Amino acid sequence: MPKLLSGAEIVFKALEDQKVEYIFGYPGGAVLPIYDELKNHKTIKHILARHEQGAGHAAEGYARSSGKPGVLLVTSGPGATNAVTALTDAYMDSIPVVCISGQVPTHLIGTDAFQECDTTGITRPCTKHNWLVKDVNDLTDIMNQAFKIATTGRPGPVLVDIPKDIQFNKGIYKVSKNKLEKKLNGTLTNKINLKDVDKFIEMIKKSSKPIFYTGGGVINSGPKASEFLRELVSLTGFPITSTLQGLGAFPGEDPQFLGMLGMHGTYEANNAMHDCDLMINIGARFDDRITGKIDEFSPKSKKIHIDIDPSSIGKNVKVDLAITSDVTELLQAVIKRFKERNKNFIESNKQKTAKWWSQIDKWREKKSLNFINSKETIKPQHAVQRLYELTKHQDTFITTEVGQHQMWAAQHYKFNKPNRWMTSGGLGTMGYGLPAAIGVQIAHPKKLVVDIAGEASILMNIQEMSTAIQYRLPVKIFILNNEYMGMVRQWQELLHDKNYSESYTEALPDFVKLAEAYGAVGIRAKTPDELDEKIKEMINTDKPVIFDCVVDKVENCYPMIPSGKPHNQMLLGPEDEKEEVSDEGKTLV
Amino acid sequence: MPKPKSAYSQPTKFGKEDHHIIVVWVDNEAGVLARVIGLFSGRGYNIESLAVAEIDKKKHLSRITIVTKGTPEVIQQIKLQLGKLIPVHKVADFSRNDPKILFKELALLKVVGATKKLDKAKKLCKKHDGLILDKTKKSFVIQVTALRREIDKLVVSLKPLGLISVSRTGAVAMTKGEEVFTQ
Repeated sequence: MPKLLSGAEIVFKALEDQKVEYIFGYPGGAVLPIYDELKNHKTIKHILARHEQGAGHAAEGYARSSGKPGVLLVTSGPGATNAVTALTDAYMDSIPVVCISGQVPTHLIGTDAFQECDTTGITRPCTKHNWLVKDVNDLTDIMNQAFKIATTGRPGPVLVDIPKDIQFNKGIYKVSKNKLEKKLNGTLTNKINLKDVDKFIEMIKKSSKPIFYTGGGVINSGPKASEFLRELVSLTGFPITSTLQGLGAFPGEDPQFLGMLGMHGTYEANNAMHDCDLMINIGARFDDRITGKIDEFSPKSKKIHIDIDPSSIGKNVKVDLAITSDVTELLQAVIKRFKERNKNFIESNKQKTAKWWSQIDKWREKKSLNFINSKETIKPQHAVQRLYELTKHQDTFITTEVGQHQMWAAQHYKFNKPNRWMTSGGLGTMGYGLPAAIGVQIAHPKKLVVDIAGEASILMNIQEMSTAIQYRLPVKIFILNNEYMGMVRQWQELLHDKNYSESYTEALPDFVKLAEAYGAVGIRAKTPDELDEKIKEMINTDKPVIFDCVVDKVENCYPMIPSGKPHNQMLLGPEDEKEEVSDEGKTLV
Repeated sequence: MPKPKSAYSQPTKFGKEDHHIIVVWVDNEAGVLARVIGLFSGRGYNIESLAVAEIDKKKHLSRITIVTKGTPEVIQQIKLQLGKLIPVHKVADFSRNDPKILFKELALLKVVGATKKLDKAKKLCKKHDGLILDKTKKSFVIQVTALRREIDKLVVSLKPLGLISVSRTGAVAMTKGEEVFTQ
C-alpha cells in the first residue's frame, strides 16, 4: 500500500517532479492548504506578487526568458478572475503557464459561496485545457498532464482548479503513463515528410525574390531553432524579416535582416513582403497587424508556412506549401538536405537575387526609422537608441508595456539572441512589462532587465514595485513619459479629427517620488544632454529604478501602414499624413 | 449610413457558404460539450443543430453531431480548432450533399384540432412513415424520422392544421456501406 498524501502534498510532489523552482502567486482562503504545505518544500520558492494579474505576467516573463513553464498559484473567485488577463495573454502569445487555483469545497460548488466563481467555465476559452479536480486520486495525473499540455505542441496556459476539500483529502501519488500523447497539436504525428522538405528546397531554388518571414514560433521552439534559422538564412543568402514576437531569433544588426515588418515595421521589410515571389513563413501566423489589407497582401508570391499548430495554417492567408512541424526539427531536416544537394547554392544564386537585393537597398535608402531629432526635448526614439547603445555590450533583457513605446522599442532596440525580448503582442496588455520584468529577473538574477514603459501602462501594474523591492530584484523601468496614451492619441489624430478624447492623463504621480515611496531609486531626465549620464546611473544602480524620461509629447510612431492600405503604401512620417485617409480607410486601422 | 470608425479591418470578400455536418468523437467528461460549443460561439461559427449522446459506456465516448454553415475556409478552421481540444478524438466533416452519408433527424410533432384537420395532418405525415405515439379525440403526437429539410417543410405545412408543439433531435449522420470514419 503506497503512502497516502494530501491533495496539497500531491500538488507539491508533482511540482518537484517537474523540477519547478519558482511559483508566482497570492494566497487566499480557498488555497490555504497548499500554502500551508509550501514550508515543507525547500526547493520551491514562492514569489508573492501584489495582484494576481501581476503574478501571471511574472510567470509569463519567467517562462519566456527561461524556456521553462511558469507556475501561478491563486485563490478562488477574485484570485482566479484577476488571473484571467494573464492567462489570455499567455494563450495569445503561446507561453507555457500552469495556473493552480483554489476553489470552494466541493459541497459548496454551485451555491454562490464566498469567493466562488465558475473558474473552469471562465477560463475555458483562454486556456489550452483546464480541469476541475473532483477526486484527489485524479490529481497526480491531472498535474502531470497539465505540464505536458502547457509545454508541448503550441505552448500555452492551462489551469487546474482544486476545491479546498480535495487539497485536504488523502490520495495516492502515482505517475501513470500519459494517455494524451497522440494529439497534443490536433494532429496524429509530426513526422516530417521528406517530400515536403524537397518541395521546400525546390521553391527556394526557383525563386528570385525570396524573403524569410519568421515569428515567435522560432523562439518557442528553443535556442536550437534560432541557430538553425541563422544557418539557413546564411546558406541561402536570402533577406529576412521578423514579427514583433520573433525579434532576437535572428541578429538585429545582421545585413540580411530587414527589421520588423507589419503596421509599424520598416519600409524595406514591408515592401519586400509585398513584392516577393517566395515568402517563407516560419513560426508566424499572418496576424492582422502584419498583413495589412488582406486581399492585397503579397499578391505575387508563393507562400510556405511552417507552424506547429495546424489551425494556424490557412486561417488568414492561403499558402502553397503547408508544413505542420516544430521549427527546430524542420529546419534541421531542410538544412541537412539542402547541404547534401546544393553545395554552392549561394554562389549560383547570387546573380539570381542580385536585382532583388539592389531593390531592397533602394528601399533601405528611405531610412524609414529615421526621425527628426531635437536638442531641446528628448525624442522617444532617441531615448531607446541611447538605451540600446549603452546596454548592448551586456546581455540585456527587455520587456515592454503596450503602446507607442513598445513599437519604438521594437524598432530601435536590436536583439541578437532569442528569449531577450518579452512583449505582449497578441492580447496587447498594458501593465504587462513590469511584472514580466520581475519574472525575467527571477530567472536571470545577475542580468540587466529593463522594462521599456509608457507612463500610462506602467500605472496599470505599478503595485508590483513592491514585489521587486521585497525580492531585491533590480529591474529598471524606463518610462517614455509623454503624458498621453500615445498610441490612442496617434489614432485619434489620424482617424478622429484630433479629438483627444480621454487620452491625456491629467494627474500623473511624480515618478521619482513614487520610486522613493516604494524604496526604489527614482531618476528623471528632461533634456537630451543629460540623458546618457542618467541612463548610465540607472544601469549602475543595484536596486529597482524608475526612470522618468520626459519625452516629446506629440511624437508619433512611424513608419506606419495606414488604415486599409497594403504593405507597399506606408506612411513614412508626418509629411505623408496630409494625404487624406479615405472614409473606408478610417474603419480599417 | 456612415461607416463606424474601428480599429480593425472589415471583411472584403465573402465566400460561398455551405451546410456541413461535423461529427466529433469526444471523451464523455465534465465540461466537454461546453468546450465544443464554446469554441463555436467564441469564434463566431454557426450551430444549426446539435445532437449528443454517449455511444460507448466502457470507454466513456460520446458522439456529437453538429450541423453548421460556413465557407470552405471556415469549415476547415472548425475542423482544425476542434481537433486541438484535448478530449476530442476525431473529427469528421460531411457535406450535406455527400451521397455516401446517411443523414437523419427525429421529430415529435403534436397536432391539436378538429378531426378533419387531424386527418389531413396525418396524411401529410404518411410520406415519412410517421409513427403515432399518442392519440386523443382532439390531438395526436407523431414521430417522424426524415432529413432536416423534409422536417422543416412538414412543420410549415402542419402549422395551419393545428401543429402546436415541435421537438427535434437535430441531425445525426453515418457513413454507408462497410466503412467507418477513421482519422
